[in-house]
Amino acid sequence: MTEQVHIAIAFERTGWHPAAWRESTARPHELASPAYWRDLLRTADDSGVALATIEDALSLTDRFEPLEGLRRDRVRGRLDAVLIASFVAPLTRRIGLVPTVTTAHTEPFHVATGIQTLDFASRGRAGVRLVAGASAAERANFGRRAAGVDAIPASGRVEDSPEILAAFREASEFADVLSRLWDSWQDDAIIRDAATGRFLDADRVHNIEFEGEFFAVTGASIVPRSPQGRPLLTVLAHQTVPYRLAAAHADLVFTTPHEAGGRPGFELDAIRAELDAAADDLRTGDERLRVYADLLVLIEDTEPAARSAAERLDEWDGAPLTSDARIVVGTPGDVADAVRELAAAGVDGVRLRPARLPADVVAIAEKVVPLLRSTRTLREDDGAGTLRARLDLARPESRYVREKVAL
Amino acid sequence: MSRSIRQIHLAAHFPGVNSTTVWTDPTAGSQIDFASFEHFAATAERGLFDYVFLAEGLRLREHKGRIHELDVLGRPNTLSILAAVAAITEHVGVVGTLNTTFNEPYELARQLATLDHLSGGRAGWNAVTSSDAFHGANFRRGGYLDHADRYERAREFAQLAKELWDSWPEDGVRADAATGVFLDDGVPTRVRHRGAQFDVDALFDVPRSPQGRPVIVQAGDSADGRAFGAEHAEVIFSLHQEFEDAREFYDDVKGRLAHYGRQEDSLKILPAATFAIGDTDEEARERSREIALQQVRPEVALTYVEQVWGRDLSGYDPDGPLPDVEPDTGSETARGWANRHAAVRARIAKLRELSEAEGLSIRELVIRLTAQHTFVGTPARIAAEIDRFVQERATDGFTIVGHLTPHGLDEFAERVVPLLQERGSYRRSYDEGATLRDLLGLPVPHPAPALAAR
Ligand SMILES: Cc1cc2nc3c(=O)[nH]c(=O)nc-3n(C[C@H](O)[C@H](O)[C@H](O)COP(=O)(O)O)c2cc1C
Repeated sequence: MTEQVHIAIAFERTGWHPAAWRESTARPHELASPAYWRDLLRTADDSGVALATIEDALSLTDRFEPLEGLRRDRVRGRLDAVLIASFVAPLTRRIGLVPTVTTAHTEPFHVATGIQTLDFASRGRAGVRLVAGASAAERANFGRRAAGVDAIPASGRVEDSPEILAAFREASEFADVLSRLWDSWQDDAIIRDAATGRFLDADRVHNIEFEGEFFAVTGASIVPRSPQGRPLLTVLAHQTVPYRLAAAHADLVFTTPHEAGGRPGFELDAIRAELDAAADDLRTGDERLRVYADLLVLIEDTEPAARSAAERLDEWDGAPLTSDARIVVGTPGDVADAVRELAAAGVDGVRLRPARLPADVVAIAEKVVPLLRSTRTLREDDGAGTLRARLDLARPESRYVREKVAL
Repeated sequence: MSRSIRQIHLAAHFPGVNSTTVWTDPTAGSQIDFASFEHFAATAERGLFDYVFLAEGLRLREHKGRIHELDVLGRPNTLSILAAVAAITEHVGVVGTLNTTFNEPYELARQLATLDHLSGGRAGWNAVTSSDAFHGANFRRGGYLDHADRYERAREFAQLAKELWDSWPEDGVRADAATGVFLDDGVPTRVRHRGAQFDVDALFDVPRSPQGRPVIVQAGDSADGRAFGAEHAEVIFSLHQEFEDAREFYDDVKGRLAHYGRQEDSLKILPAATFAIGDTDEEARERSREIALQQVRPEVALTYVEQVWGRDLSGYDPDGPLPDVEPDTGSETARGWANRHAAVRARIAKLRELSEAEGLSIRELVIRLTAQHTFVGTPARIAAEIDRFVQERATDGFTIVGHLTPHGLDEFAERVVPLLQERGSYRRSYDEGATLRDLLGLPVPHPAPALAAR
């Protein structure tokens, strides 16, 4: 029997190829419209994939892209991802909604309550993907911090940049505060006891009293505990420091394995070994960290058609497409094969990054998913109510319940 | 003739938390489940309201060092819930209270522009300045801003937000697939802002939204607050709901507009209004009394005075006179809404004066202060009174606050709205594709000069 996996789809503006907006099927003028996001997310929802991530950044330029000499042949501008997810929540039925949040400038309190509210509006399908660090463009927009992360160090190693290390410590605090706020109301805090006139039991709502290196948050959440208890916390990670962030705080980590020999240190086995070591060191709680592999996909019915589409896009952009994730240009069968390989290698899920929207998400929904279904590679939707339940993750109990038991 | 009738504007306040909401009523539902927002928004839209409105509180109230237990507590994040509400409505505006002290302009401007896009031009922002160190303890900047500094920050914040919204021209996305030009040169305009509060050099990343700028609402009553409102607000949410008082406020604030080069109609004033409806006026008065007694239960009344006094008054009889003890002004327990304003002693002197003049017990006094309903009577009486406020220029309409979640607006929409329509002073349908600005009859903001020249 083949191993089964969940499929996720990563939504990024007009797709992950920088020239995708020039395709005749693209809708570049509608990027900010409600119809665009409703259509895309409904296509994904109806197909039965488990979750959708939505990219974001707090700048006009992409991460690490210089401010000067802005390329005007690429998509610029976007909407806030948490609000896109909140908007599509009542318009979708099953799919998990996982917007991206940058941790450097945002307030953990606002983010925690925003994601809890997404959990209420989606009736238990909320998650978040945390991104560490503040790029130069983001810093200029906020004007609050001088220091930040301007580039990956020449070595490529996070450890060699004190700024990036600090950004990850901040992200780690941020994640900690989120989960504390999410725990701050016990499930049964609202008692509506007319006899004593008490709406809630103050013993079951807890100020978190958090003090860290980067911020302090004193109070409880203003939002009662949401359907999932804690919405799904995710990060994308490529090396040790982010792997450790994931191991310490995340439910699910997106990784970027390449086929053997593709890039040193990016074999799935090597990634898993690092993740396991980090988890041994840092992980608390009973749940195993779920590992998803990313694939950037461009899909046409025939291989020549896919190749020529990719060549056309590369020509428009002036350079061959590169990505942190492995790129699969091919037929629905090629994509399904790549997913099956990863499934056999033991990942919990595969996140597909469509090169072109809406074209490749339609191909995923109409062709790739049915193929995966027919070979029983796709973990079927068992009608579970919440995202956690669908991913076989237990609904966590508030830490305050546990603390009480421990007393 | 009907052309000369001034049109009434109504907003629908979601009465989630605090003691306005009667949670002990058997029909009271959840203040947080999305189904409640679905029902509330549908009612507002059925009643052809201009917008649904959410207040904001960024820390759970505490009493005697414990989280307050008596009233409804726990509410959604304002922006997330409004984005979800935008998805299930078509016409009604979505307006949220979002504070200028614990947000950053770039982030909030992009969230509001996003909401305006996703709602098709129905977004509004109630810019408030609160808070104190109690709320600040949940945020990075922490601490406390002086009253004057808060409005300084609010002014700079609003100014900067407008510059960011104006930095994209209409149709700013060229996206010409043939030539490969996504954005024209100079789009968006770089926003350089150097002020005491903010120092940014920003390229805004959200294209111009349907309304250009989301509608700016304001709530705040001091001289600074009124000046801020006159400069930036397009709607003011006030607490002035008695006729003469409302008219004075209306004249004062509208009188300030000329100083900022604005016309009278560029600002609407919509005070909060509560109501109790009956088939007869007598029945409505009884209803009002019943609601007030549910809103101000004995323990709620005592808590109110305890918060003013800053000390434990649990031995006092809520049906007896005000405590004769001195307040504990040094106490840290006196927190939250009740004693936000003015000095405690002055406050207590006023309460004493009022309760002695009218012979009020503690509970009666608190009812008098917090649970006196603005409109009490038959639907016909309420419609006539609302209409009078508007025709005689005491307000431009009201922000209606029901006492029940989520059904509190139903009766108003069903029984009062049709009578307002009969009077010719309330819309009979929404216009297709109307923005919130259109619903409110507000002028379209001028584009930024740099873009006009384009
Ligand atoms: C009618 C009204 C409603 C308000 N609603 C809120 C609110 O929902 N959240 C909040 O933090 N502050 C709220 N405020 C507080 C104001 O933003 C402001 O901080 C406070 O009134 C002090 O300013 P002032 O002295 O100008 O009145 C409200 C004020 C008024 C008058």
